[in-house]
Amino acid sequence: MAECHPVGFQWVVEAKERGARVFHVDPRFTRTSALADRHLPIRAGSDIVLLGALINHVLTNGLEFREYVLAYTNAATIVSEDFRDTEDLDGLFSGWDPETATYDPRSWAYESTGEQPPAERAEGGPLHAEAAGAHAYGAGGPAAHPNPRTDPTLTHPRCVYQILKRHFARYTPELVERLCGIPRDGFAELAEAVTANSGRERTTAWVYSVGWTQHTVGAQYIRSASILQLLLGNMGRPGGGILALRGHASIQGSTDIPTLFNILPGYLDMPHAERHEGLDQYLELEGGATGFWGNRRSYLVSLLKAWWGDAATEANDFCFGHLPRLTGDHGHYTTVMGQIDGTVKGYFVIGENPAVGSSGGRAQRLGLANLDWLVVRDLTLVETATFWLDGPELETGELRTEEIGTEVFFLPAASHVEKEGTFTNTQRLLQWREKALDPPGDCRSELWFYHRLGKLVRQRMTDDEIDRPVRELTWDYPEHGPHREPSAEAVLREINGVGPDGRALSSSTQLRPDGSTACGCWIYCGVYADEVNQAARRRPGREQSPVAPEWGWAWPANRRILYNRASADPEGRPWSERKAYVWWDAERGEWTGHDVPDCELRKPPDHVPPEGARAEAALAGTDPFIMQSDGKGWLYVPAGLADGPLPAHYEPHESPVTNPLYAQQANPARRTYHRPESPYNAPGGRFPYVLTTYRLTEHHTAGAMSRPLAYLAELQPELFCEVSPQLAGHLGLTNGDWATIVTSRAVVEARVLVTGRMRPLRVEGRVVHQVGLPYHWGWGGDGLVTGDVANDLLPLVLDPNVYIQEGKAMTCDVRPGRRPRGRAALDLLEMYRHG
Amino acid sequence: MIRQLRGEDGRSDAARSARTDALRPRTEDATTVARSVCPYCAVGCGQLVYVQDGRVTQIEGDPDSPISRGRLCPKGAASKQLVTHPGRRTEVLHRRPYGTTWERLDLDTAMEMIADRVVRTRRETWEQTHEGRVVRRTLGIASLGGATLDDEENYLMKKLYTALGAIQVENQARV
Amino acid sequence: MAERMGFFTDTSVCIGCKACEVACKEWNQLPDDGFVFEATSYDNTGMLGASTWRHVAFIEQARPAPDGDDGVERWLMSSDVCKHCTHAACLDVCPTGALFRTEFDTVVVQSDICNGCGYCVPACPFGVIDRREEDGRAWKCTMCYDRQRGGLEPACAKACPTDSIQFGPLDELRSRAEERVARLRADGREEARLYGESPSDGVGGAGAFFLLLDEPEVYGLPPDPVVTTRDLPALWRWAGAAAVSAAGAVALAFLGPRGWGGSRGRGRWGGSRGLPGSHGVLGSRGGGGR
Repeated sequence: MAECHPVGFQWVVEAKERGARVFHVDPRFTRTSALADRHLPIRAGSDIVLLGALINHVLTNGLEFREYVLAYTNAATIVSEDFRDTEDLDGLFSGWDPETATYDPRSWAYESTGEQPPAERAEGGPLHAEAAGAHAYGAGGPAAHPNPRTDPTLTHPRCVYQILKRHFARYTPELVERLCGIPRDGFAELAEAVTANSGRERTTAWVYSVGWTQHTVGAQYIRSASILQLLLGNMGRPGGGILALRGHASIQGSTDIPTLFNILPGYLDMPHAERHEGLDQYLELEGGATGFWGNRRSYLVSLLKAWWGDAATEANDFCFGHLPRLTGDHGHYTTVMGQIDGTVKGYFVIGENPAVGSSGGRAQRLGLANLDWLVVRDLTLVETATFWLDGPELETGELRTEEIGTEVFFLPAASHVEKEGTFTNTQRLLQWREKALDPPGDCRSELWFYHRLGKLVRQRMTDDEIDRPVRELTWDYPEHGPHREPSAEAVLREINGVGPDGRALSSSTQLRPDGSTACGCWIYCGVYADEVNQAARRRPGREQSPVAPEWGWAWPANRRILYNRASADPEGRPWSERKAYVWWDAERGEWTGHDVPDCELRKPPDHVPPEGARAEAALAGTDPFIMQSDGKGWLYVPAGLADGPLPAHYEPHESPVTNPLYAQQANPARRTYHRPESPYNAPGGRFPYVLTTYRLTEHHTAGAMSRPLAYLAELQPELFCEVSPQLAGHLGLTNGDWATIVTSRAVVEARVLVTGRMRPLRVEGRVVHQVGLPYHWGWGGDGLVTGDVANDLLPLVLDPNVYIQEGKAMTCDVRPGRRPRGRAALDLLEMYRHG
Repeated sequence: MIRQLRGEDGRSDAARSARTDALRPRTEDATTVARSVCPYCAVGCGQLVYVQDGRVTQIEGDPDSPISRGRLCPKGAASKQLVTHPGRRTEVLHRRPYGTTWERLDLDTAMEMIADRVVRTRRETWEQTHEGRVVRRTLGIASLGGATLDDEENYLMKKLYTALGAIQVENQARV
Repeated sequence: MAERMGFFTDTSVCIGCKACEVACKEWNQLPDDGFVFEATSYDNTGMLGASTWRHVAFIEQARPAPDGDDGVERWLMSSDVCKHCTHAACLDVCPTGALFRTEFDTVVVQSDICNGCGYCVPACPFGVIDRREEDGRAWKCTMCYDRQRGGLEPACAKACPTDSIQFGPLDELRSRAEERVARLRADGREEARLYGESPSDGVGGAGAFFLLLDEPEVYGLPPDPVVTTRDLPALWRWAGAAAVSAAGAVALAFLGPRGWGGSRGRGRWGGSRGLPGSHGVLGSRGGGGR
């Protein structure tokens, strides 16, 4: 956190001054470790063992926050008789289909109460998994029975609590020592601190970044933390939670209003050709009828109205048919394969640099070289724009400039100070940026580019039916300034939505299913409440409470802590005075507190929903997790994950360690690409070391926003690899000299930084060396400093839920000296692949 | 000569030049100050952008921000260089198929050419049905966006691509 | 004269992010220092110099263990800066009046007066002030004199994410620092100590002082800095020679070891290697007056 989010780290430093204890779990001793109370070096890719052991520690010693767990989680819920655990099936859950390499999740369901199960429970398997169906539940969760059978004594052998106990029983401190390389005293200290600082009076927070997500079990890492935090009562409470520290200014925003293949704005699923015929069927399959997702018809119809305006009518399903359909995985890496195969002809790369920033750079560049046309928009000439002129494949002879047919357009972009608009930061906070000045030369904002492109494309549309969605698209935004920039405020207002009277809406609860409201992103509804740009609010922090509700605007409804109903006990009283956040004011008959309560304001804690109620009306006054169909925090996930209802430890796709827990070595559902552009390291001795990649404080991602800047380039001028003194001694590496890092994908040279901050770990009775490699360098990109592309080393293997690549744990070899050039580099690779 | 030997202590007003006397923070001369947000990581630190005579003269932390309290990391502190560094590109460039060099292109021309290609590729790769099911899409056009795009920009991108039937729309948020 | 202003750099909360280095360069519009990988922990700017007025030192300290597992136990980071000494030798030896003491009791070079004689360079007991190759003039931290005249805090202190660099009236900073040391010691961190805060030290107390977690040498700071002009009147009488020569003689007397990262023609203090008993100042660029 100190490395990649230094200014956010000020709050950790402040908390530490006030008595908080800080643990840092990381393969390397970093700048964060330097200020932590304790650094626990861990073998990359073994975190579920550590988190599982903490869960086991809590369950075995009865340290859970029992009242919270009983009231707010599904611990008491009885699971189907058909469910079989990884402990029973040696690393597989029930429902595994080896043919399709996917799970059928039906056996994971809650025990049937005899009623018809919600439709989605019957869904699963390859179709659902392929289209990242699980990801679509990111915010909502699929349907689960709203009132399943429970055992409040938590003793029923098939209740979630007992299943958890059995599942994690083998995740012990001894196993942590064996697999993570964390000594028992370190684990004991962590376990003691985490449990002692949880409960009524105290909370513990977990903070993660891509060190947890970039794994073939990435989603299950986060699930592990969720289970732990729910057991300890740390969700929805101040000082608690699981904080994803995201790495880009508006990466949260680009998920909320997604430029992602599988979702529409507000985490609505993109329709699937096989699964969704029309609007009604889509809505039926999208999840349960209870909880706030029960209103999804209002959300979707309002979106369709925002996009297709008057053309969207009840009679035509509100133009639901205008939406293109998915038929499987259309994610980034599959798109790259489509480029190589020639199905993808044209490619827009907007403020992104896949030739350096994405895994398996060679495959990325081979894809770029096989396009008809490519549009790159950036501040500088990033490597993705120049691969045809100076890419590494020209040096090796794999590509020749005059044989690359790709037509390339480079359009310079406006910087963040040359346009106005909102970023959504890591805490869901939308902050409006004022424009300081107009962009220079041909530089333009993306807003300008897409608005203009849309206008030009619309001019070219015909009466053909296939052009109808473009013709009917609402695309009238006021323009201003010398470049006729479209009004970002007008776009934000469309995102916010308007009511039948044409006035800006103030809350998503005003959205209607009948087409009378229009809203571009239902979770952002309220950002333009009262016709005021709420994201532009700038009441100084020192004039506000620590929650600072009048600085910017947080989705949803300007709530700063999600699920904060859980900060009060079932009766609506704060769990403790110290941790008071929102509570029920019986006198006024409403919820109140320091934040916007995350529940219906006037629903009393003792409210029992009537039989057959829908949407939020089906939630009890004690249900804090209002997006879930049962209002509960899910310790066990009966549907919605592609790789199991519980986290299990699997080794990374490439690992020097044999999984001692199960016969199943790696996540069986992980997504692989078995083709020549995507080789994998063979197990065995050829790639003996663990490789992990990361960022440095001084640089930004693939370097386009840092390598051209002298003040940053001088701080970290060259690609380097971090190795322990022991490994350096073993391999004959000299500090400051060169090393060559090899995987079956690439050979990369880096300067050597020998440091005791890298520690060999004792894993399964032998020494495992880890090699660290920051990934900010590339061969060009208008950088003042350049270097080899670390991401070229990475395998194309993905988490099956969200299709994020395993960039944080793989195997490699290291050799002293510089890498071979040209053909010799390919020969070396061949030797490693087959020799 | 060494002043101490001459009995001076360097504090005399005579030691000050006119330039020294005139020194003031250059931010005082700014014509406008925009309230902005750092474009690097997702912490969302407040920035104040000082502009004078059409040029950015300083970017520093916004002390009002309850997130950052006026502080910035090295990247945030280098933001002025990010927007003003000499290597920044301000011209449209074009590489013809099989070409060996960049060529200059007029922005309007480039936009027309790109629009032509979008429409043409869309028509040529249009997929009305897939294995008997209506899909109304093109797999011929794909997009990858960075995560420093504004919400409003992402919105127009997704809206336009979806209307065009382009589904391979991806973002740094996944990769 | 206004209140004396200063820096208190509390290295116990420094995260080594180098925001201070960058914020300083952005405000003062300094040139870069070249792009050389130094292979010395995360430090690639080496030392304070004409173009680096804040510099973050990185010191990796190993933990000796019986099994030979000597992984890093502490990674000390510290942002160094001009000390703005009470008795400032650089100012004392400046023949042109380019160096002067401001109304904030800080020591500043006036670049429009400096003639590049370089006397100040060897005079500094901390090796801070430096001449820029391009123009020959001497440069160093001004404690953002221009900003202070507008009531603003220096750029480095403003940017510092963890408030490791604090700016304010020196007296206030000193008492705050005393409290901080007491607090750290009470928490069992006996190694916490202040450096440069005492008016009775060899430079009469520094306007920029530090809270350190180890001996000063570990951070590349001289353990007992002395204003180099202290004995100058005696030297003057003894030598009976030109002041230029006297300044040169002082430089030689304090000549220390050359640094290991001299790729930019600059040496440095000893960093983690320590310099027992040495008060090293560079000789390579000293004394070349005109």
